[in-house]
Amino acid sequence: MAVCIAVIAKENYPLYIRSVPTQNELKFHYTVHTSLDVVEEKISAAGKAMADQRELYLGLLYPTEDYKVYGYVTNSKVKFVIVVDSSNTSLRDNEIRSMFRKLHNSFTDVMCNPFYNPGDPVQSKVFEGMVSGMMVQVS
Amino acid sequence: MSGSQWELPPELCCRPMAFVALTGLDVTYNAVHRAIWDAFCANRRADRVPISFKVLAGDHEYPKCRTKRTSYEWYIPKGILKTGWMNKHLNLVPALVVLFYELDWDDPQWKEKQSECATKVEIVRTSLQGRNTKVAVVLIQKKTPLPPGEDLVASERASSLCNACDLSGKSLFVLPHTDHLVGYIIRLENAFYEHAQTYYYTEIRRVKSHKEFLNKTTHQLLFVRHQFKIAFFSELKQDTQNALKYYRTAYSLVHELRAHETNMLEIKTMAGFINYKICRLCFQHNTPLDAIAQFRKHIDLCKKKIGSADLAFEHTAWMSKQFQSFGELFDEAIKLGLTAIQTQNPGFYYQQAACYSQDRKLTAQQLCQAGAVCPIPDPLDTPTGGLDFYGQRAWRQGHQSIDPPDPEKERTGILALQIKERDVPHSELIIALLSNAVAQFKKYKCPRMKSHLSELLDYVMCDYRTERWWALLTAILSTALRCSYLMANVKDYMTYCMELLGRASTLKEEQKSRIEKNLLKVLKNEVPDAEPDCEPSGSSAAAALWKDRMALSGSNEFSIEVQDYVPFIQCKARFLAPSFHVDQPIQLQVFLRADCPHPISFNKLSVSLSNQCYNQWCVVEASGQDTMLLTPGETSCFSFNFVAKTQDVGKKIEMTGIELMLGSGRWVFLSWRGAGGDAASAHEALQASRSARPRGPGAGARPEGAWDALTIQHSTMIISRVPKISVQLSHQPPALNNEMYCITLSIQSQEEGVAREVRLTAGLKPGQDANLSQATHVTLDRGQVCDASDPALLPDIPLGDLNPGHKVEQRVYVRCVSTGPRVFLFHVAYSINTSVDGQEIDCNCHKDETIAIETVEPFEVSSKFVSTKLEPLDRVVVDIPFVLMTDLLSSSPWPLLLHSSSLQLVTMATCTPHPLSQLEQVVLQTGECASECFCLQCPSGAEANGTVATGQYVISWRRCPLDMVFYLPHVESKTLTVCVSNPASPELPSFGRVRETLPVRYHIENRTALVQQVEMAVEPSDAFMFSGLKQVRLHILPGAEQQMLYNYYPLMAGYQSLPQLNISLPRCPATDTHTLRRFLPQRIFVKMHTGQMVHILAVKSCSVCLHYDRLLSSPKVESWTTRPSLQPDGLAPRDTHSLLRVQLQIQRIDWRLLVHLAFVSHCSCTDFK
Repeated sequence: MAVCIAVIAKENYPLYIRSVPTQNELKFHYTVHTSLDVVEEKISAAGKAMADQRELYLGLLYPTEDYKVYGYVTNSKVKFVIVVDSSNTSLRDNEIRSMFRKLHNSFTDVMCNPFYNPGDPVQSKVFEGMVSGMMVQVS
Repeated sequence: MSGSQWELPPELCCRPMAFVALTGLDVTYNAVHRAIWDAFCANRRADRVPISFKVLAGDHEYPKCRTKRTSYEWYIPKGILKTGWMNKHLNLVPALVVLFYELDWDDPQWKEKQSECATKVEIVRTSLQGRNTKVAVVLIQKKTPLPPGEDLVASERASSLCNACDLSGKSLFVLPHTDHLVGYIIRLENAFYEHAQTYYYTEIRRVKSHKEFLNKTTHQLLFVRHQFKIAFFSELKQDTQNALKYYRTAYSLVHELRAHETNMLEIKTMAGFINYKICRLCFQHNTPLDAIAQFRKHIDLCKKKIGSADLAFEHTAWMSKQFQSFGELFDEAIKLGLTAIQTQNPGFYYQQAACYSQDRKLTAQQLCQAGAVCPIPDPLDTPTGGLDFYGQRAWRQGHQSIDPPDPEKERTGILALQIKERDVPHSELIIALLSNAVAQFKKYKCPRMKSHLSELLDYVMCDYRTERWWALLTAILSTALRCSYLMANVKDYMTYCMELLGRASTLKEEQKSRIEKNLLKVLKNEVPDAEPDCEPSGSSAAAALWKDRMALSGSNEFSIEVQDYVPFIQCKARFLAPSFHVDQPIQLQVFLRADCPHPISFNKLSVSLSNQCYNQWCVVEASGQDTMLLTPGETSCFSFNFVAKTQDVGKKIEMTGIELMLGSGRWVFLSWRGAGGDAASAHEALQASRSARPRGPGAGARPEGAWDALTIQHSTMIISRVPKISVQLSHQPPALNNEMYCITLSIQSQEEGVAREVRLTAGLKPGQDANLSQATHVTLDRGQVCDASDPALLPDIPLGDLNPGHKVEQRVYVRCVSTGPRVFLFHVAYSINTSVDGQEIDCNCHKDETIAIETVEPFEVSSKFVSTKLEPLDRVVVDIPFVLMTDLLSSSPWPLLLHSSSLQLVTMATCTPHPLSQLEQVVLQTGECASECFCLQCPSGAEANGTVATGQYVISWRRCPLDMVFYLPHVESKTLTVCVSNPASPELPSFGRVRETLPVRYHIENRTALVQQVEMAVEPSDAFMFSGLKQVRLHILPGAEQQMLYNYYPLMAGYQSLPQLNISLPRCPATDTHTLRRFLPQRIFVKMHTGQMVHILAVKSCSVCLHYDRLLSSPKVESWTTRPSLQPDGLAPRDTHSLLRVQLQIQRIDWRLLVHLAFVSHCSCTDFK
């Protein structure tokens, strides 16, 4: 399960970022922020080829010593980043994909809320609950 | 060992090459030997075989070979790998010793030399006792050798030398010292290389042969050692594939070793070495992914093997070194052509290395007490000055059991290591690694990664700020704040405080509160409290620095540009309107809002504007001791008013900056460029515009939405005062082409004061089609028709002063010489005194009126040529009169008064000496047509059968009197062969009477130079009886004339056809009799004797006759009223005027129609009144 989940706006500022409370939150901020380099590189590389049929899931962005960072970009250039522990080898690509899909669906629901203003930080309880379900459960 | 204890030994990092020793060369004194040596070692490029050569003395002592062990049964190894081993095989124990000896085959002292050589070989052999090292002999010869087999002496002596030296034939070489030295040397080298390969092969076999003696319990270390050695020999043999294989085995064996606290370092060191070798070979084999995989595995395996807790820093140092050396390998491979990618580049390894170095610094700080003194004797000193085995402790070398032999020694040893660690310049190491990483990330396009690592905090902050990563910004700011505190950099300290207090900071309220207190202290020129997480020693030093700063007077004023930050005081300013009239006061509002937890006071707020003379009105200053207070979360509004200067009308006033003064004792000016706003406000405003509801954390409590929705209006226009006058234009559109079109302008003042210097600019509005200004002329003078010299726009016509309530009128005449729409501009300007906010100002006002006027043609003129009998002509005959008819069709919506019309003829001559205009004073309504006839004659001088210009037709008309010129069409003329009669002569009376003789005389004239035969015949007619020659043939001489007289006797009244006279020219059949017939009268009116009807008809006919008469250019046309013959019997004209009117009226209606009516008697009487 994830140790950090982040939603990044089109302009690359964080809309939502949540990490497991046991570890240094700042470090995850840095990890997510630096992963945007790879995301942008991947988008620009794919954008040239075919803009419409782009795969939203970007796959493993880069492995760090302790974490694996996965990326996903919606068509409106909102980015999702999921960080998992490198020691967690049980997670397969398919599961990461489905996590992203769930995240995307939930984010779409947030956007559909007429009281939500696109570009504002996400404060939805439903979204929060869904993210919590995907995070590593810390006892 | 030095501080770089963790550096990999150089013999590990180099590429192993076969070691060949050269003896018997005197490179110092012998030039030939020197040349040979140079040829060996110079230009060793990649295409030469990998051998490292060394020149050694003939009696050089090689390292002693230990006696071979026959049994390992009782042997307990003391460590994995001796520190000297690699160096020994790289640089000390040669694979081959080559003896150079100068000897020619035909040397006179062959025997002696041979035995000397054998002795030298023997010496070398002795010093290599027990080694498998090969020996070879090279004879340096002066002569070029003959091809093999031909020199019998040579082959015989060679075999004897081999025997003497106990050498195989393959180990004896000849080096002729001739021109091709390098070629020979290369061949020699290759032969040496083969020998070396054989040597290393036997060495590998030898090491492998030990294996069967080992057992798994006691000789685990040897398994690793042997595998490592085999791999290393394979490398020396340049068999890298096998080397890699053996290294891999060695690597797995290392991890099978029983690890405990005492040998952990040794295991890790060896694992690191082997891993290094594997990765290096993988990169060399161009399989970087294998290298990376191996490295990951290595790190995963070793990460947890921390070893002694007291020496935890050793582990991090080792880890750091692992990453660093891998990064270096990677980097090296890239330099040799490998391509790295964004997510896999050396930068990551450098970064990780730096990370571990940071950890090392932390643990070192925790573990190494400051006060400890190095124990004496230093437990790290060893008798040899180094270690025997890699990765062992100096104080217990070779010790392999689990427990340390001597706890006391162990303790001092650890202490000594800790003390040494204390002196390591950690930060320098970290910075070096980080800058390496940054360089790599730059190369691989990872700007964010780069900024993550960058040590220049300010630049990084800027990046994070623009990307709105507030958590990261806060973290950096906190670090920066600590730095600036420790350095006592007042300005930076305040800047960071302000941003940390601002809304972008994610700090908790109590932290903010603490920072604000510190900031307030700094503002009072006091020493702030120390930042938490600072070392106490640093803090005390900083406090001293702050005290110094405090004492420094004169540097207590700071100006901080906050536009690019997210400061804790937000500022937005706006002009209340995008434009102000000059007679209104300009209103300006500045909004301030504090985001800090406690109220903050300020002393002065000032706005600077693009025109600095207004600045004085835009200042608010705290009076005396009380300062102005900003309450957190509340918006304070400051309004300023000022009166614009009249010379600024039409200009823009911009806010160039806002300055807020804070502090007491130390003054800080926060300055915003333009009209406020900061790094975050643009985005907030955008979000606010998307939604009107309150937003942000804790949205309900604070009217954030209202604040965010405040828009900045940083400039305003000063526009002129609204004029209080009315301008009215009266005119009668459309304008007619060429007329003087009158536009009346009336200006009514509604001002309360005198409007001075009223000026009018009138004319064509600029900016229209350029041709219009050529075709439009404006004048004020109605007396004359304006011409091309008059301008299209009359500027600044002075109209004098205008008193309140008064009115002034001005007429403007416009002449448009082309049709189409035009826009005219009437600009009335004046100046007036007025007062604004008690200030008297002199304003200029102006009012613009524009009108669009369409210009149309007033009438259309057409003309045609007809004969005197009104038949259309396509050509005219010279000397014969014809009629030019002109039609004027009015298309003007207004009645036109035709003033006069005249013909200006060029070649044609008029038959009437002074033709009067028939259109004089005629008024044409819309759609009406006025026609006019002119009797013209083409003079005989005109070119026969050519085109003749007629002339001009000039019409003077108005709404305004004007002349118009029309060009008439050209007409063809031709000369007739014969001209028959002149029907207009008095020989034919204007009318006849029933049963009264009507004499008609025809004149036939020959106008040619030939005698003409003419046949004439008169056809009978029902209406007439006649007497005269019914049919005749006659001859007419050139220029002569023949008269024919007929007496017609009318039988019927009315309009009757005369008997038809047929004329033909038998000699000239081509003559058009039809043309001739045109000259003959064909009809005449025959009167009755009595009755009113007759009278009217007579009047009609009279008038028609009159007209007709004139057309036929009667010489008496001017005096027609007095002509007795025209006064018909029984109808005395009442007076000449009435007759004149009758005629004019006929003229005004269609001429042709009237003629027709008159002739057919269907006209009613009213038409003649």
